[in-house]
Amino acid sequence: MRENLWKNIRLGFKTNKLAVAGAAAIVILTLAAVFAFLYPMDPNQISVTDRWLWPCQAHPFGTDDMGRDYLARCLYGGRASLAAGFMAMILSTFIGIVVGSVSGFMGGAVDAVLMRIVDALMSLPTFLIMVVMNAYLEPGLQNVVLIIGFLTWMNIARIVRGETIAVNQREYVIYAKISGQKKMAVIVKHILPNIMPTIIVAATMNIANAILMESALSFFGMGLRPPAASWGSMLSNAQGYIATAPYMAFFPGLLILITVISFNYLGEALRKVFEPK
Amino acid sequence: MGNEMTRQEDLLIEVKDLCVHFRRKAEDVFSFKPSWLRAVDGVNFSIKKGETFGLVGESGSGKSTIGKAILRYHEPTSGEIFYDGTEIGHMKEKDLMPFRRKMQSIFQDPYSSLDPSRTVREIICEPMEIHRMYTPAERKERAAELLSVVGLKQEDLTKYPHEFSGGQRQRISIARALSVHPEFVVCDEPISALDVSLQAQIVNMLEDLQDSRGLTYLFISHQLQVVQKICDNIGVLYLGSMMEISSSEKLYGNPLHPYTKMLIASILPPDPKNQVLDDITADVGVQERAEHGCKFHNRCPWCTEKCKNETPALREAEPGHFVACWRY
Amino acid sequence: MNLEKETNSRQGENEILLEVKNLQVSFFTEAGEVRAVKDADFTVKKGEFFGIVGESGSGKSVATKSFLRLGPQNCRIKGGSIEFEGRDILKLDSEELRAIRGKDISIIFQDSLSALNPVYTIGSKLTEVILRHNQMTKQEGRKRAVELLTAVGITEPEKCMKSYPHELSGGMRQRVMIAMAMSSHPKMIIADEPTTALDVTIQAQILKLLKRLQKESGMSVVLITHDLGVVAQTCSRMAVMCGGYVVEEGTAEDIFYHPSHPYTQALIASMPKTGGGKFEQFLERDVSDNSGSLCPFLSRCKYACEECEKSLPGFAKISEGHISRCHKGGTISWEMK
Repeated sequence: MRENLWKNIRLGFKTNKLAVAGAAAIVILTLAAVFAFLYPMDPNQISVTDRWLWPCQAHPFGTDDMGRDYLARCLYGGRASLAAGFMAMILSTFIGIVVGSVSGFMGGAVDAVLMRIVDALMSLPTFLIMVVMNAYLEPGLQNVVLIIGFLTWMNIARIVRGETIAVNQREYVIYAKISGQKKMAVIVKHILPNIMPTIIVAATMNIANAILMESALSFFGMGLRPPAASWGSMLSNAQGYIATAPYMAFFPGLLILITVISFNYLGEALRKVFEPK
Repeated sequence: MGNEMTRQEDLLIEVKDLCVHFRRKAEDVFSFKPSWLRAVDGVNFSIKKGETFGLVGESGSGKSTIGKAILRYHEPTSGEIFYDGTEIGHMKEKDLMPFRRKMQSIFQDPYSSLDPSRTVREIICEPMEIHRMYTPAERKERAAELLSVVGLKQEDLTKYPHEFSGGQRQRISIARALSVHPEFVVCDEPISALDVSLQAQIVNMLEDLQDSRGLTYLFISHQLQVVQKICDNIGVLYLGSMMEISSSEKLYGNPLHPYTKMLIASILPPDPKNQVLDDITADVGVQERAEHGCKFHNRCPWCTEKCKNETPALREAEPGHFVACWRY
Repeated sequence: MNLEKETNSRQGENEILLEVKNLQVSFFTEAGEVRAVKDADFTVKKGEFFGIVGESGSGKSVATKSFLRLGPQNCRIKGGSIEFEGRDILKLDSEELRAIRGKDISIIFQDSLSALNPVYTIGSKLTEVILRHNQMTKQEGRKRAVELLTAVGITEPEKCMKSYPHELSGGMRQRVMIAMAMSSHPKMIIADEPTTALDVTIQAQILKLLKRLQKESGMSVVLITHDLGVVAQTCSRMAVMCGGYVVEEGTAEDIFYHPSHPYTQALIASMPKTGGGKFEQFLERDVSDNSGSLCPFLSRCKYACEECEKSLPGFAKISEGHISRCHKGGTISWEMK
């Protein structure tokens, strides 16, 4: 199974150019964000003389309204955006797995209650809640991650629940139960490993979603506190200068677009790999 | 069951008035009345130590449900299940542990009975881990030993289930069941999904293991000719009710219940000169769960008014031969 | 193969309906080519009940699906010929093929639930199929549908016409499938494991029905099954498939009483027989694929000789119309341990 998984992924990606491109883009962007410090420019170095410089030799992405190097800001902004996306995904996937597997495994009243909670949360206007919660919480990456994580786990919980119910009927799970295996152990040992593929696909798609949300939150000024920035807040800042310095909106916007599309292609490719033929 | 010939202490499993009902999904969205599927509806039988008891029935007969109720996958809705004199049908989960070791199972589908994400060694060791038997090193050794008992190679220990054929997977299932020294094994259609050429292997292996380890089997199947071959006593189920119980020779040689007769007549002998299809009566009825009367009455050629209204009880028509039919 | 032709022509009056020669079918997967059918030859005569027996993976189902060029996307017929009434099906264009499919040759599948569209009632579907193949009004079509349902032993045809597939039992659905297959007065029906999913009591009734209809209408039936009991009760002639090859072909009596190929002999010996006696043991199945062109039973055959390791045996004639793909053609008899 495990070896097969990797073989399947390799085979699936061999025929899917978009997925390979997506994966490559993600790797490059992640590396760029992690090794941002190798770029000699300081993202917060203000220079009144260098304001609104168009992309040139010294500043490949130009400079912003305070004369800061825009490439450096994009790199560090990417660090914030990607980190927020990853961490929010981990949080939401974790909550989703716990709620979904318990709900699907226990069934009955537990399932009914948990799923009604999921329904209720899903019917809330997520974004408004984020805005409201953000007003009460300290701005910062940590809180952005928590808010996104706690408001986006529901779809994962639903997927995990459905898969759990399906796997729960299989004879190896029945066998584990009647040989006296503890409930927790049945879920962890027999159910979760077999629905991992589905979880991975859902989680990949969720990263894209989380990055978009973080950008949106930052765009409305709820996120990192200046001078720190993420792609979203840079985009927000660029609004005022869209006529004179359109590149300020273009670069962060393009980066968000590439990242989100890449994650979506990756998720789609993984789904195809895991789907039984 | 009131068979005077057998003493109480010879019985390993005794099932009394077992009912397992499932809640059905409401067909009508606006109705809140639960509707119940009576999968097993008042079944009685007992299994002697060291014998193979067969349960035969078509789909919907509740044969697998009975097996799983004894294994306490389902909790009985009512009725009692005795294991060696102890009632286990309504026992609490923590008191059940010793019985969960003594009772093991082999399932039908060799493709879903083994966890695809675990190696053969992990699969065989799991029951021993659950019951805290042996040290980890001893478990590994035992897994290797058991694998050779069922005729597989040592290097198979680190492989995953998908690398094996159906017959080999069933052997792994057997090894897993044997790992905790069971007394009683429920074999739920263990050979139905296998090719003819592999069925004989598995059956012979089960028989050899019974002889060498003194196992008691509950053998569940829809194929009467298979059950008849390997079982000492057979119970015939139809829609959750026991229709007939007897020794396998008597059941085959002198079936009493009309349903059993129909089952036996439907066996197609692999012999072109023995044409049986012409003798089959066209029966137009379908399985229907009637509220009253004998469950089989709408398909029975000898159905009377009484059959439609009153349910016949299982009674001893001949010594050791029980039948639930008003004709006897 | 020459031998086969000779036997057939000598039988004279029995006209050949379908002749399959050297059929080779492969699946193309990401892992490479899988040869599902390596060399299959069948001759089906007019008005006969022909059985194809084999275990899972023997290629029996793939071979018969290629009779109508029905197969998944990645499946390709690599060689051979399939002659239906003298026309090679493999050379027909899609228009001509459609004229044969469902009209001259009908198929009945194992899984009747997925073969019937769940959103149409039995009546509307059956009438549609009837109107497609017959020149008649809708009223006449409905009348014909009721007649057909009565013919396949459905007691309340009017009620059945109004039902949806999931409302019927498996046996009823299979009867409907048979009615549908019969609606175009086909010359041949291919029944792919038609009773495997059914209960034993229903199985016997469906087979009885199929046999009766075959006799009444004079069509040919090709029945694919893994169950020797089913073939023995229905077929007059049969072929045994193993590992992508047809290993033996003959009348049912030939195969059951004088099996010649070691595989057939072992298969018949391993059947649970009525009455006493222990199960006969079969040899260990070799999972490793014998992808070379050798006898498919080589790894399990106790009579394997040097010649078997070198070349694939051709057909040996055992008796009139009875052929076996074995180097030792008819000289051995399988003894069980």
